[in-house]
Formats: sequence, C-alpha cells, structure tokens
Amino acid sequence: MTLSANDVAEILKALESSSFDTLDLEMNGVKVSLRRGAAGAAVSRLAPLVQRASTAPAAATVVAAAPATSPPPGTKAVPAPLLGIFYHAPKPGEPPFVTVGSRVTEETIIGIIEVMKLMNTVRAGVRGEIVAIPATNGELVEFGAALLFVRPD
Amino acid sequence: MQIRRVLIANRGEIAARVIRSCRSLGIETVLAVSAADRESLPARLADRAVCIGPGQPAESYLKIETVVQAALSTGCDAVHPGYGFLSERAPFAQLCEEQGLVFIGPTAAQIEAVGDKLRARAEAEAAAVPVVPGGAVQDLHAALILAEKIGAPLLIKAVGGGGGRGMKRVDRLADLPEAMNMASAEAGAAFGDARVYLERYVDRGRHVEVQVLGDGHGKVIHLGDRDCSVQRRYQKLIEECPAPVLDDGLRSRLHAAATRFAARLNYRGAGTVEFLLDIDRQEFYFLEMNARIQVEHPVTECVTGFDIVAEQFAIAAGHGLRLTQQAVSFNGVAIECRINAEDPLHDFMPNPGVVTSAIWPRGAGIRVDTHIEDGARVPPFYDSLLGKIIAHGATRGEALQRLAQALAATRIEGIKTNIDFQQSILNDAAFIAGGVDTGFLTQRGNRNG
Repeated sequence: MTLSANDVAEILKALESSSFDTLDLEMNGVKVSLRRGAAGAAVSRLAPLVQRASTAPAAATVVAAAPATSPPPGTKAVPAPLLGIFYHAPKPGEPPFVTVGSRVTEETIIGIIEVMKLMNTVRAGVRGEIVAIPATNGELVEFGAALLFVRPD
Repeated sequence: MQIRRVLIANRGEIAARVIRSCRSLGIETVLAVSAADRESLPARLADRAVCIGPGQPAESYLKIETVVQAALSTGCDAVHPGYGFLSERAPFAQLCEEQGLVFIGPTAAQIEAVGDKLRARAEAEAAAVPVVPGGAVQDLHAALILAEKIGAPLLIKAVGGGGGRGMKRVDRLADLPEAMNMASAEAGAAFGDARVYLERYVDRGRHVEVQVLGDGHGKVIHLGDRDCSVQRRYQKLIEECPAPVLDDGLRSRLHAAATRFAARLNYRGAGTVEFLLDIDRQEFYFLEMNARIQVEHPVTECVTGFDIVAEQFAIAAGHGLRLTQQAVSFNGVAIECRINAEDPLHDFMPNPGVVTSAIWPRGAGIRVDTHIEDGARVPPFYDSLLGKIIAHGATRGEALQRLAQALAATRIEGIKTNIDFQQSILNDAAFIAGGVDTGFLTQRGNRNG
C-alpha cells in the first residue's frame, strides 16, 4: 500500500480538525511527519490562546477544541487513563518508550502521564503494532484521549 | 491583577451560570468535565472543555491534583469551584494558591474555620453572634442553674451519643431532676459515658440565611436575607428573598450578626451565614457558614440587581468590594423553585435518564438557571438538580403568581421530576401566607400520607 496525494490531504484535514500540533505516521516504509504552525515555535504554557482587547467579549472559539481523533481504519486507540502531561520517554533526552512501528503487548509501557509531579506509567493494554502516536510529548492529554493507534494482532 | 482565563471546576446549572458571567466580563472559560458530561450544555458553552476523568465524581470532579493540573495546562490563571464538589475543601484552595492560581473563594484557612462545627461555634460566640443556648453540665445543681438560663423546652443530650440517641426532651423545668437522672443513667449504660449536656429545644424554627460579601481584610457587606425553610430531609426546595413575615428589628439584627461573623474571619468573597430562627421566642441562632456561592443565590440577585458571581471575580482579582452597604437596595420579592429529577410518588427516588424534551418558562420577572435542554443526559453520578425557576415580582403575591404560571408552562419529558410537587406547595395556604417552619413539608406529608 502506498500513500496518494489524496491520502495526505485527508491526513492534513484530520490534523487540522484535531487539537494536536504534530502527527507522525509511518506505514510500509513511507513516513509522514506533520507539524502545525511555525516550525519549532515554542508555545508557552501561559501564552494567551487569543489576542484580544481586554474589553472585547470572549469569542466562543478561542480555544482549541477537545480532541476528537478517530482511529485510522483497522487500528485501536490506546486511551489516556487520566488527565495529565504526557511524556514519550522516561526522562528528557532519553529515547521514547515506543515509536511508530514498535510492537507492544498489553503490559508494554508506552508513556508517562504526570499529574502535579506524580508520574503514572501507562501501559498499552493491547497487543499489536503502533501505527501512529497522536499524543504530543510534554502536552496535556485529556482523560480518554487517544495516545497511540495500534493495529492489533 | 486581571483574571483572563478561568477553569470552572464544576458541572450542571452552576457551570452554565458561571460561564454566563464570564462572557459578560470578557473572561475565557475552561470547563473541567467528566466523561459523562462531555456533551453537556456547559461543555459547549465554555470556550474549551477538558475531560478530567470518568463519570464517578471521586475519579473526576473530586480529584484535587487532576483539576489543578488541568487548570495549569490550559493556561488558566484562576479557578472557580462553584458549589459542592471541591468548593469547600481547604486543600484544594491551598493547592491552587500554591500553584499561582487565584482561587475564587475564601482562603484555605477560612474554609477550615467554618468547616469545623465546634470552631465555627466558638468564632460565632467570639463575634457576639448568638448560638443555640446550652452546654455541658457536671451535676444536677449545675443543670438546674443552666436550665434556668436556657428556658423550657430543652433537650438533654448524651455527650457520647449521636444521631438522636440518648436525647430527652424536657417541657417543664420542674421535670428536669427526674429527666436528668434517667438521661444520665441511660447514657452511662448505652455509651459508657454518663455526661450530658443541655440545649434549648426549638419547636418551630425557620431557616433564614444572610448573603455576605467580604474583601478579605475585614470589610463585609450583606446582600439581604433568604428564607429556605421549605426543606425535605435537609434539602432545600424553595427559597425566597427577602424572608417573609419577619420583624424589621429581627431582620436588622440578623444582617448585623452575619456581617460581624464574616468580618471577624476577615472573610474573602461571597458566603452565606445560616441561622435557625426560633419562631416562638423570636430569636435566632448561628447554624453554620457556607464558604461558597449558594444554589439559591439568584433570588438575591433578582432583588438586589447585583451579579454575585461577578463580585466573586472582582474580589478574587483584588479589586475589593465595589459596592458599599448604602448602595445595596432591595427591590420586590424573588422566589425560587428547584426542579429535580426525582419521583415524588416513589419517595423522591432520583430519576436519571435522557430528557427527550425540555421546555422552560419565559416571561416578565422569570429567570431560569439550567443546563438541561432537549436530549440532555442526566447521569446517575450527580445530584438531581435539573434547574431553578426564579420569579421576581414587586410583591410576594406577584412573585408567587408568576412562579406558579412559570411552573405550569414548564415541560420536562423523558424523566420524572418534582414539578407537580412544587406546584402543590405553591398552592398550599400555609406557604402562601408565608413564614412556614422547617417541619412544614414533613407535617404536610403526614397529613396527606
């Protein structure tokens, strides 16, 4: 299977309508890395989500919508078991627990979710191959948000 | 400082209510929702909703660290706790402050001070606010002296007892020695502790409370009183502002006592001081202080014209009290009915489910605070409040008439509600006359049942 221009357009649309900033997709040797906005632009946690005059009423659409990412066909989402900051790797600078293409079992640790300095390890809960990692390292994931998409065995 | 974005750590009608004030204040809202509330009206009204956990409140709305993490990660600078859930949990207020989030409410120390019944009673006494007369007695001689002060009727309670066990009611002081001996012997046998204390018995009491606002530095004003005597198992069903059939002097003393109590604590934000009004003696006693916005705050807003949530934000942002006591005036009467998802025909069993259709009333003097619309889910995890219908009129008669018409125009389909039950209360002669006591619904149930 190869990726057509239409497929890429579809994927771009999916990213556009999601709340994620990056998407890494690898299948059959083809790798697609997408990043929303200016490359490498650091986003401060306290940066205002919208610039507006202090007297203007809040617009209804100032904040990114909640993730509504649906799994690619034939895959299963691994949901975040709790809200917190998602980390791909055990420590900054260390290799990630898993990457696209990794094989996981139910017990494989796939990341860490931090809640107020408390680190919670997250396990895959499913056996198969990772086809995408929609959750961004160091960013907030909500309860139930898709951390990974796994093609089950 | 300026509050730009607030996390609302609540759900239901109060979440929608807080969002409404934020809109007019130009404050962005992030709503922390459980998985059961993702599709709720407040989740859509908020600028953003973040899912903090599953439906069970212990795993979502009550998780202090998760809620604070959600506020930090979404760039909020303040947290509004609403009522219930974490609103009166001192560790939550404390963690917010430690993390640089403005907690829209009192300080953690103030929450602790009013949350502890004994401590709150001591603070009330120190502020010269009356408490239910009573105290522990060592022997019959001491009991007779104290009983003389308290007056009859009074209760003898076992120090080691609880839940009404070991209580004796004394209607005439002449009966005290015999009752004391019996109570003491019974207490010793039942609880291994023969000590007893005496307390004034209030046969007919009303629940009257005073809304206060404090700047956190000892300046406190009141926004009048509310009567919430129509209760079922301590759950308020109908509230009104001002309390009807109340002597002017007594009303002024209530207001003064409430502000004195809050001022003594240097209370910050909106709070409510609750009193038991002794109808026969025409006296009042401090019950407790609620350190948060109340469910029934809209009746006060209707009558005073102030947005209490907006004042909460102003105080939290450090702007202090923007109004003086002289600027507070009271216009007419407002009455609120709580509409609950419960079945009055089956002992008021909660009735969760899907609201297939919701038609709420409109009209002159009618306000509805709700999160329920067509297709709304009422999850089984939370309280059964569907909304509040508030009627404001120039007189109590006009407010009552508007409220009755509003209830008649309300249609909630798909689940059972207490609307018919509320209508029957509005038609009750005693309620129409005003000033019923907290035993009103129980006595009415006994009559009808």
